[in-house]
Amino acid sequence: MNGIHDLGGLTCFGPVLREADEPVFHADWERRVFALMMLSGSALGPVDSYRHAIERMGAVEYLQTTYYEHWLAAIERLSAERHLADAPRAPQPLDADIIDAVVAGGMPSTRDDVDCEPRFAVGDAVLAKNLNPPGHTRLPRYVRGRRGTIAALQGNHVFADTAAHLQGENPQPLYSVRFSARELWGPDAAANDCLFIDLWESYLEACPS
Amino acid sequence: MSEHHDHDHDHDHDHHGAPPNPYLEKRRSGVETAVLDARVKKMEALLVDKGLVTTAALDRLIEIYEHDLGPMNGARVVARAWTDTDFKARLLANGTAAIAELGMSGLQGEHMVVVENTPTVHNVVVCTLCSCYPWPVLGLPPSWYKDAPYRSRVVIDPRGVLAEFGTALGPDVEVRVWDSSAEMRYLVLPERPAGSAGLDEAALANLVTRDAMIGVTRLPPVGKAA
Repeated sequence: MNGIHDLGGLTCFGPVLREADEPVFHADWERRVFALMMLSGSALGPVDSYRHAIERMGAVEYLQTTYYEHWLAAIERLSAERHLADAPRAPQPLDADIIDAVVAGGMPSTRDDVDCEPRFAVGDAVLAKNLNPPGHTRLPRYVRGRRGTIAALQGNHVFADTAAHLQGENPQPLYSVRFSARELWGPDAAANDCLFIDLWESYLEACPS
Repeated sequence: MSEHHDHDHDHDHDHHGAPPNPYLEKRRSGVETAVLDARVKKMEALLVDKGLVTTAALDRLIEIYEHDLGPMNGARVVARAWTDTDFKARLLANGTAAIAELGMSGLQGEHMVVVENTPTVHNVVVCTLCSCYPWPVLGLPPSWYKDAPYRSRVVIDPRGVLAEFGTALGPDVEVRVWDSSAEMRYLVLPERPAGSAGLDEAALANLVTRDAMIGVTRLPPVGKAA
């Protein structure tokens, strides 16, 4: 969806405001929200579902609430949508003794057991497709329709656009794509500057040079 | 507008002019905090009641991210790269594996890429769509990294944003912005500061800042305050 979360390229928010000696959390409820989001994945995940839940907050609410309020809204929305209150009790809760292993182990998004031959190679000219899907996507508006170059192959990664909607991981090649600043922002951008962004293969098409 | 509100959702109306910073704005209000506390407690009770997680597990996770993980971890990676050219080569070739050599890995650092600043290339990292950030090496991000001004503007006007951080870059420097749109996570390897030749690895790590590893600042010469 084309939501307000897709902020890249807007210039209407004023200067970056920093807080000196900022604490990790500003209130106890922020600590709890952070931990609840991180450890509720078995019922409310994957991470793409949380992101899409935040995207569906609505533009006004999104801009007028703080970061951890976004997470809280996502937990509330997903709990309701997945009828958690009516679900049976899970047999084995995540307990404190495995948290260190969960944190250090991570959750890789690459899938090596899929047979996905990359269509593009480093140096290939590509076009970011002009896609406007109604659901979750990680293709920001500011690169759509722009020409770039494949800078690196990142392996086969779970496809966020389907994973968010519980429509399968559908792993596919992910690429680091380089766009010149002028291609993205026009002739007033600095001549040498550029931007790299990670794009899945289905966001890209070959670009005749 | 009334000075007094007797309902819970009045926060949209109680500021005068543009809010300077939504975080500071929110934290002024005890009413707001009480409402949020209640909403969070309700969700925690539900998830614990449904057998998904224990209170002790939540406590442990918070402890790790509040106390154990932070920029001091990334600083160790940077200092090692400055003092060990073989490590630096491995770090730039496969960030995840080299960082794991120092015992750092895990959530939001599963796929690490390290990008090197030089006199002619300056890298800066953002997540325009949400707040992606390399937690094992930097901890949780500061608010400004997650807020609209930085996310929106660093891609279209990186030099302007960097100037707000006191970082002036000449036209001969190529600015590379890295938008973390997927699950790859980026760490900037800053240039080793001038005047640091005699320092050992631990002393070098003390020079490395979070902002330099995001790429919004450069490290000042040793002996000069940032």
